[in-house]
Amino acid sequence: MSAIETSALTKSYRTGFWRMAEKCALQPLTLAVEEGEVFGYLGPNGAGKSTTLKLLMGLIFPSGGRAKILGMEIDDPRVKAQIGFLPEQPYFYDYLTARELLEYYARLSSVPARERRRRIEAVLSRVGLAEAAGVQLRKYSKGMLQRAGIAQAIVHEPRVVFLDEPMSGLDPIGRREVRDLIQQLKEEGKTVFFSTHILADAEALCDRVAVLHRGQLRGVEVVADLSRRMSGKVELVWQGSAAVPAIQALGAEIHATGETIRAVLAERQLDAALDALRGQGARLTSLTPVRVTLEEYFLERLESPPVRGAGLEVQELAGPPSSRGEGAR
Amino acid sequence: MKQIAVVATNTFREAVRDRVLYNLIVFALLLVGASLLVGVVSIGIERLVLINLGLTAIWLFGIVIAIFIGIGLVSKEIEKRTLYTVLSRPVRRWQFVFGKYCGLLGTLAVNTSCMAVGFFVALFCLTRHFQRADAWLLVAIYFVVLQFAIVTALALLFSSFSTSLESAVYAFLLFVIGTFSEDLRSFAQAAHGAVRVVATMAAYLVPNLAALNVILPVAHGQPLPGSLVLYNTLYAGLYSAAAIAGAVLILERRDLK
Repeated sequence: MSAIETSALTKSYRTGFWRMAEKCALQPLTLAVEEGEVFGYLGPNGAGKSTTLKLLMGLIFPSGGRAKILGMEIDDPRVKAQIGFLPEQPYFYDYLTARELLEYYARLSSVPARERRRRIEAVLSRVGLAEAAGVQLRKYSKGMLQRAGIAQAIVHEPRVVFLDEPMSGLDPIGRREVRDLIQQLKEEGKTVFFSTHILADAEALCDRVAVLHRGQLRGVEVVADLSRRMSGKVELVWQGSAAVPAIQALGAEIHATGETIRAVLAERQLDAALDALRGQGARLTSLTPVRVTLEEYFLERLESPPVRGAGLEVQELAGPPSSRGEGAR
Repeated sequence: MKQIAVVATNTFREAVRDRVLYNLIVFALLLVGASLLVGVVSIGIERLVLINLGLTAIWLFGIVIAIFIGIGLVSKEIEKRTLYTVLSRPVRRWQFVFGKYCGLLGTLAVNTSCMAVGFFVALFCLTRHFQRADAWLLVAIYFVVLQFAIVTALALLFSSFSTSLESAVYAFLLFVIGTFSEDLRSFAQAAHGAVRVVATMAAYLVPNLAALNVILPVAHGQPLPGSLVLYNTLYAGLYSAAAIAGAVLILERRDLK
């Protein structure tokens, strides 16, 4: 069973004074996320990432298509007890302390009273807020608020955690802490679905990533496969600038730092480049095949046409059509 | 039911921790105290002045609190996105709306109780004894709470589809019209044709807060018919329920962008 499944999930809004124009925020999205996966949902600002998350959380209603979480329709109340959600740039009741905030959310999630205190203290320690647990949230820094946000998302021990831009606005230490938390959740076997436009974080954490652009799914890829995939280019590093004109003539990108020269060129030009280096008596320091980075994949996907289930683990969702479509609303 | 209680408790806690609320209560108590002073210098009608001013202070400040906090009950949660994390829990939208309403009404009931104690202390200081007719003062205060129930429900209704500022304007306007609803009814009866139809409809749509305001008769020691308590309770309950149902219907269909 997939943790998250969407089938042609669509969202459009009526805009303009007379609400006659229609703006499509999310074009039919079909995708599946397996249990235990850390899934990165990538895209530039305005791509439709938050729209997807709001649809999955039931905060907005789909114009078409359907979605399931842990095999249950998203409007099934049982789903909500199994998921945790951190919205983008979260704001919490600032008159509460972190402990009171977690108490509130734990109660809403029907965490049994005898379990509540233990879980709250454990989560506070885990996110590093144990010492500030009695301080009102209005006195918290942005990083502390983000940690409180993650704490509320996991206090009821959900099976699936949704995080919308969890690293947004954090300093490097804060980002590192959030990354460590996501890593821990993965080790515990939780499914983590997080949206971000910080590719380094996605590359470090995710099993798979999806790229979204202008409301369209542009691709889904296994991150480990990306790092194994060659780009058809090689990187040469050598000492001595005499060979630079000859290498440049082969169409290489050259970067010089003092006497150390670094060139990236097509693999088919490798023999010619090595001959040129030998001819100039240059000392070769390294020769490395260039691998595809997530950034390159991301940029390539932004330019590509939308995909409809290609390369995805697509399944036809069982059961009657969702009652939350625009028609029903 | 449990979810409603959790949301209501948190709403109560938010109101209790709001400094503005305390300023209003202190101001209302000061006004009750001032009415004692005015009562002392009003020879022969001390008791009448004290009751009039004291109950009016409780009524007016309660209404201000009901509108001031009520208008933000839903819209503030949407604007600040605190609603996102609540609705991603096993909480239905109607449970959230009803929980918020109960929380604020509970706050108002506690505040009114505190101010009522202050009022009766002032009354005792002035008259040195309570009389049988003073029991009607409790009924007048109960009717004030019923007005709070209606105004809070209306503020909540407006809060479910408009901004805090717009909600404040709508709720305040309806409160003012509702306070003078008897005049609107008289006008409707005197009017003819289409004006009569529109005025009659408006008179029945706006809350009849005038019927819930018995400060003047009880200040004069007039007894109230028992049926009035029953009818007013039913009216306030039905009107509030209709307004809350409207808020739920709107929020159930609303995309929280």
